[in-house]
Amino acid sequence: MSTYIPTLIQLSYLVASSCFILGLRYLGSPQTARRGNGLASIGMLIAIVVTLLDKSVLNYEMIFVGMILGSIIGAFSARLVKMTAMPQMVGLFNGFGGIASALVAVAEYLRLVGSTEVIPLNTLLIIFLGLLVGAITFSGSLVAFGKLQGLVRGSPISFPFQQPFNILLVLGFFAGCVFLSFQGVNFPVFVGLIFISTLLGVLFVIAIGGADMPVVISLLNSFSGVAASIAGFLIMNNVLIISGALVGASGLILTQIMCKAMNRPLSNVLFGAFGTGDLDAGAGGVGATDKSVRSIDAEEGSIILAYARSVIVVPGYGMAAAQAQHSVKALADQLEKRGVDVKYAIHPVAGRMPGHMNVLLAEADVPYTQLVDMDDINPEFERTDVVLVIGANDVVNPAARHEQTSPIYGMPILDVDKAQNIIVIKRSLNPGFAGIDNELFYNKKTMMLFGNAKDIVAKLGSEVSQL
Amino acid sequence: MMTSVFMMALFIFVLSIFVGFELIGKIPPTLHTPLMSGANAISGIAIIGALIVSGPREWNLAVILGLLAIVFAMINVVGGFLVTDRMLQMFKKKEEKK
Repeated sequence: MSTYIPTLIQLSYLVASSCFILGLRYLGSPQTARRGNGLASIGMLIAIVVTLLDKSVLNYEMIFVGMILGSIIGAFSARLVKMTAMPQMVGLFNGFGGIASALVAVAEYLRLVGSTEVIPLNTLLIIFLGLLVGAITFSGSLVAFGKLQGLVRGSPISFPFQQPFNILLVLGFFAGCVFLSFQGVNFPVFVGLIFISTLLGVLFVIAIGGADMPVVISLLNSFSGVAASIAGFLIMNNVLIISGALVGASGLILTQIMCKAMNRPLSNVLFGAFGTGDLDAGAGGVGATDKSVRSIDAEEGSIILAYARSVIVVPGYGMAAAQAQHSVKALADQLEKRGVDVKYAIHPVAGRMPGHMNVLLAEADVPYTQLVDMDDINPEFERTDVVLVIGANDVVNPAARHEQTSPIYGMPILDVDKAQNIIVIKRSLNPGFAGIDNELFYNKKTMMLFGNAKDIVAKLGSEVSQL
Repeated sequence: MMTSVFMMALFIFVLSIFVGFELIGKIPPTLHTPLMSGANAISGIAIIGALIVSGPREWNLAVILGLLAIVFAMINVVGGFLVTDRMLQMFKKKEEKK
């Protein structure tokens, strides 16, 4: 009987891999997405259960304790997290996947060192690679979490000779690997490698601004897959290699979509230290003389909205930060009751993770059929009476179209300036995360409503209902 | 022998990446977050590696690190799938209403 167990395990891994493949496929369409996620989780369950049958897995009590502990923490955080905190939650989970892979690499190294076997060179290299990718994923995700949670400054943090210093660290890592490969076991050097790879993750993400987080989160997601794959090479396990590669590929696709949406190459996002202030010269393209804004109050705003025929809402990170999505939905309901046509224009990189706005508005019960992508909505702005911009900034800045010196020049934007009237809800005139002044605010058609997005939108809603 | 096993694994890796690219290809923006967080949960597959390295019935640093990896990977897996399901549930509700 026991001779069949290895075959059973391998066949179950094959089933699990198929579940992941089908699950990811189903996740690509709204009708089947939930089933896809369920299927992938079943695949995971199968893979875990059969691995416990492996003859080398004997430490049951402790393993169960670990699994139960992890499950409880995971389940509670998944239940309790607010939808507005979703980007940092995903970032944190991602980091945990990364550290798990890194720990597997470290543990495998310790085991091999402790045994009498000679460690083959390719195994060593896989260990180093697994450590590097896993640790970067972990510390990078933690920094991303800190930025999104507001624990770390959102703007890019840079220091003199940053790039040379990073290169030096990478060279140091390689030197350490070469040393350990040819000089045998040396724990201080190995600990040094752990330290360097963790530091690299921190430095890598710390230099990237908050507005570029959708790219970073997707990329780290890809990394966590690659890290799992490398762990798979280490223990020669196909299900790890396959699922890691699938995740790596999907993360890369999302990264690509995000970069395209900003019309910037990945290298520019990663190393551009976007919005440091060095680029002040090109900021805005509006002369200092005509910098006057028209400010209105909620009452005026509600009248403009209520008597419009069509309104397009443009949400941005400000809506998420103020948790205004429910008030937005309430306002839209009031407007629709009056026969106003309401739509939402979603920029691909609005918010702090891919699809951020979609999730928030879904939470507030906005039908996803009302959310329109950039390419489809842009021709409609000309025919729209009022655009309501809620906490969006760079994605509606017309400077991206014509101001060649602007750091966001070339980024596809929502053409809100083509609408008849524009109402911008914003905390203050401070530039957005990218640190660029927005000429939309000085447009003659633009009216500014200053204040907390949630309060203002709620006020607009109640004013409209009283009209 | 060792190299042929390694090469086989490399083939599987590269082909899986192609499968991944083909699978996801064009995805509606509405599903960007659920896809990312679902894929993220799948990357918790590192749990299998963690189970194997913490398998021996003894106490040493390698096993302890393995157990730690189990906790982290399990948070990733359980939290990831549940949070994705929570999000997708919200998307689904609207479909029924429509």
